[in-house]
Amino acid sequence: MAGDVWVVIEHEGESAANVSWELLGIAARLAGDLDSQPAAVILGDGDNSDFLTRHAFSYGAATAYVAGNKSLTPFTAGPHSQALAALARKYNPEIILLGATTRGRDLASAVATDLETGLTADCTELEVDPESGLLRQTRPAFGGNILATIITPGHRPQMATVRPGVFPLPQAAAGATGKVVASKPRLAKEQRVHRLQFLPNPEEEVSLHGADVIVAGGRGMRKAKNFIMLGDLARELGGVVGASRGAVDAGWVSARHQVGQTGQTVRPILYIAVGISGAIQHVAGMQNSDIIVAINNDPDAPIFDIADYGIVGDLFELVPAFITEIRKRKDGAGAREAAV
Amino acid sequence: MAIHSVVCVKQVPDTTQVRIDPDTGSLIRAGIPSVINPFDLHAVEAALRLRDEHGGTITALSMGPPQAEESLRKVLGFGVDRAVLLTDRAFAGADTLATTYALAAAIRRIAADQPVDLVICGKQSIDGDTGQVGPGLARRLDLSQVTYICELESLDSDAGIIRAWRQLENGRELLEARLPAALTITETCNRIRYASLPDMIAASDKAIETWGMNEIEVERDHLGLKGSPTRVSKIFAPPVRQRGEIIIAADSSPAAAAAAVMDRLAERGITFDEGDG
Repeated sequence: MAGDVWVVIEHEGESAANVSWELLGIAARLAGDLDSQPAAVILGDGDNSDFLTRHAFSYGAATAYVAGNKSLTPFTAGPHSQALAALARKYNPEIILLGATTRGRDLASAVATDLETGLTADCTELEVDPESGLLRQTRPAFGGNILATIITPGHRPQMATVRPGVFPLPQAAAGATGKVVASKPRLAKEQRVHRLQFLPNPEEEVSLHGADVIVAGGRGMRKAKNFIMLGDLARELGGVVGASRGAVDAGWVSARHQVGQTGQTVRPILYIAVGISGAIQHVAGMQNSDIIVAINNDPDAPIFDIADYGIVGDLFELVPAFITEIRKRKDGAGAREAAV
Repeated sequence: MAIHSVVCVKQVPDTTQVRIDPDTGSLIRAGIPSVINPFDLHAVEAALRLRDEHGGTITALSMGPPQAEESLRKVLGFGVDRAVLLTDRAFAGADTLATTYALAAAIRRIAADQPVDLVICGKQSIDGDTGQVGPGLARRLDLSQVTYICELESLDSDAGIIRAWRQLENGRELLEARLPAALTITETCNRIRYASLPDMIAASDKAIETWGMNEIEVERDHLGLKGSPTRVSKIFAPPVRQRGEIIIAADSSPAAAAAAVMDRLAERGITFDEGDG
């Protein structure tokens, strides 16, 4: 039986990054193929571990490795990498997965160096090779123009960071339990990096992850003010506003709306691309949407090559037309309901 | 106190032009121009600004084929003081672990001439996109690790303390780190200056030092492909979505086009007529 498949839970106090739970879903699948177990690793001061441990079990972890030390809160790469490397040396996991976030990449790189093992960044697909039992790690390279499958044949653990939003959240099983392996790692007393301040993102949080509908604007929007109508359309559809890098670089919307290689990867049910040409870097972040609708006045725009439904025309006429059409349908439905 | 920064620079192919040959399934490299990894230019700029303010020296370090000298020449044109090219067949095929092994050995040699306060990298390269070299160097050289810096707040060179903001998914944090430190720099950290003519002229005279595996303290087994735990099993082009139905709005009207799309969505079970208003 192979060693466990570990997921390092990224958290700020009791609030965990969604990607950590997404990874537990993958870990369960990989562990199934390897005849091993999925496990969560929770590094912190120990105060919030019960809450996170419960969540980890509900998302499928069989074991929670909980390491508690004051130096582990807030996150800094040094003590976290020491603690994680020590756990890995002791328990010999087969695989360690982390979110491809700022902290996840930071920590994974440090630990892989300490453990002198392979690390594959920003994976979008993970599977166990049925013959060799090796983890096949697929990731975009060269700005998304190419996909590469990477393996780590002779070193353990096999380590990967995984892009948030690529895998679905697993079904949570409330009340699930598992084994807790608690430890108090000894860390260097004197830490060289300290966090002085943390400024959370402002409340009007754009949650592209988990959105069923995204209405995204690109350079074709021409100015910031025109994003208002995209907001209106998104509201009618119960969705949120996304943007291409072009629109973000132009300063029309904040980077938190950005979809694509250098922004976020999304997989909504419906993605409406408005005035977005469809550069490969953008497509890399939204091509897994269930249905793509594109609106563009350039019939040769590459976005039409991947759209399920494309409309060639003036977005400044088409977006209002969509809003009118949706309201009309809602009114019709409302009237029918009222009649019943 | 003057600061000695080592800036790591990578020469990369212009990735927007890289494609897979659909017939052979291999990478088409011919005719693709090389550029300096754009994030590394922000790292160079960060080093220049620190030198402007605190004095000191900047050493640029690159690992790559002999033609990577071009990138170092350009960096010298920005006013970097010294440039070292790490080039040897033995380095070929290195993944990030083997890369940081060789770079760390070179930085140790540079530090033997003059102690190094900062190792500065771009946040990632645009070809590999891993962001693993900066943190790897921090671990190998036992440096304070501060990555994904979006703003350099301050450097107290006498106290040996640097403060920097880094961007997280859920906010920003201000870190304080003791020198020596490894920093990785994002594109929002600074605006890259134009190289001045005198600097560019001076750069054309400067020698670029070339080091192979015999010039640094390394073991052959840890270098290049041999020293790399990861292997590329295959490369392929991303799967393509099928081109769907195209409606020309001018053939009917915007309203008709919008209605047509909403009808198609409804056929696929996607409706928005819950009358929630």
